[in-house]
Amino acid sequence: MSSENMTLKLKIWRQKDSFEAGKMVDYTITGVSPDMSFLEMIDVLNDDLIRKGDDPVAFDHDCREGICGMCSMFINGEAHGPNRGVTTCQLHMRSFNDGDTIYIEPWRSQGFPVIKDLMVDRGAFDRIIQAGGFISVNTSGRTLDANAIPIAKEDADTAFDAATCIGCGACVATCPNSSAMLFVGAKVSQFALLPQGHPERKERVVNMVKQMDEEGFGNCSNIGACEVQCPKNISIEVIARMNREYFGALVKPEN
Amino acid sequence: MATPLFKSSIVKKLWMALTGLFLILFLVVHAGINAMIFFNDEGATFNQWAHFMGTNVLIRTAEIGLFIGFIVHIVDGLMLYFQNRKARPVRYARENAGVSSKWYSRSMALLGTLILLFLVLHMAHFWVKTRVTELSVDQKAVLIDGHLYENLYAEMDMVFQSPLVVVIYVLGCLALLYHLLHGFRSAFQTLGIGQHKYTGAIAVAGDAFSVIICALFASMPVAMYFDLIK
Ligand code: SF4
Ligand code: FES
Repeated sequence: MSSENMTLKLKIWRQKDSFEAGKMVDYTITGVSPDMSFLEMIDVLNDDLIRKGDDPVAFDHDCREGICGMCSMFINGEAHGPNRGVTTCQLHMRSFNDGDTIYIEPWRSQGFPVIKDLMVDRGAFDRIIQAGGFISVNTSGRTLDANAIPIAKEDADTAFDAATCIGCGACVATCPNSSAMLFVGAKVSQFALLPQGHPERKERVVNMVKQMDEEGFGNCSNIGACEVQCPKNISIEVIARMNREYFGALVKPEN
Repeated sequence: MATPLFKSSIVKKLWMALTGLFLILFLVVHAGINAMIFFNDEGATFNQWAHFMGTNVLIRTAEIGLFIGFIVHIVDGLMLYFQNRKARPVRYARENAGVSSKWYSRSMALLGTLILLFLVLHMAHFWVKTRVTELSVDQKAVLIDGHLYENLYAEMDMVFQSPLVVVIYVLGCLALLYHLLHGFRSAFQTLGIGQHKYTGAIAVAGDAFSVIICALFASMPVAMYFDLIK
């Protein structure tokens, strides 16, 4: 950890568009304050690149407070960098030392094609959600207040833990199989645990898993890297639950 | 192999888990019967059990199931390996995988292939000779309680006189150890028994099982090579 301004070597994946092949490009950045966030450090680099008339590094970001899940970056071989339970936007430069070399790459998966530089298309996650990650509620104006249904505390807590998934895709990026099962398991779990999710319970898990497989993600082999690198600390318990839900739906497809 | 039974990623892993657990059961039986060489009765008990396993109709039928179990486990495993490699067409320039998972969890296909290579040698040593051809040892049969039994014990003793063979067998057990360290707990996670209240106990049981079974197997060629049993 350093309190002085730092000079860093960056190796960043540059790729013009989804058609051309990309490559790692070296940059040196000086005057990096340890109080900067990782994204601010890239903002400074981009400022520099723009002044020089170069193409700035394209990267996704939105909230910059760890809730939107946009800031997908594979930093020094880890999804969202070296810290646990945080996204890239919550990573600060005090986690690095003067003179460090930092590798910055996009998520790598057949299901997440690179759009440009560090930006990937995570539309696959949207399509998985569209396949079943919802509950059908009649919004006629006489909708029942969800809080009016009594739910066991333990179930409510476990469902909430699963629902903290921000869909960032770090689980896919870090999985040696690039499997999306932690994400899908979290979404299946959050509904399976609550009464509102029960009417569509069986078709949901079958359809979401089918869509997941069609998107080109790999198969889970229970390596467990995803739960270590997930910024929301989602446990692979959700994958075990999804498996149970899936087997249940295979044995008895009707709700 | 895009039949419905192998199509869904969850069903593919279900097959891995079910066949894996079946093969674990086989390991228990195999190790249990082999451990009878430690009775120090010149293999009398072991030879009798080996005879039972080689002639009993139910056991021989189960043996066919065992072959099918092996084949499904191997084919499904290789299929998963190649599909998963394809799922990441561009690799990372830098990957720090060691901080978030165990090397053996990431190397199941490699470990499995090593075990398969070992199995070919192992079958040539014993299975082929007891089921298809005949033993290569001089005294092919032995009289126990008035009955003539195939002298598999003497065959083992002969095979394990070669230091190279003993080293290969110990390495085979080592590959099996790491394969089981991941495979045992992984099977339960796949079956959906992955809640926190069980995972601790399953992990401990799996690790203990893997170490005990592999140490027991490895001790057999070593004990025979050093003439520690009679
Ligand atoms: S499970 Fe975790 S790593 Fe995966 S998308 Fe959700 S928040 Fe991101
Ligand atoms: S920018 Fe929203 S989570 Fe990082």
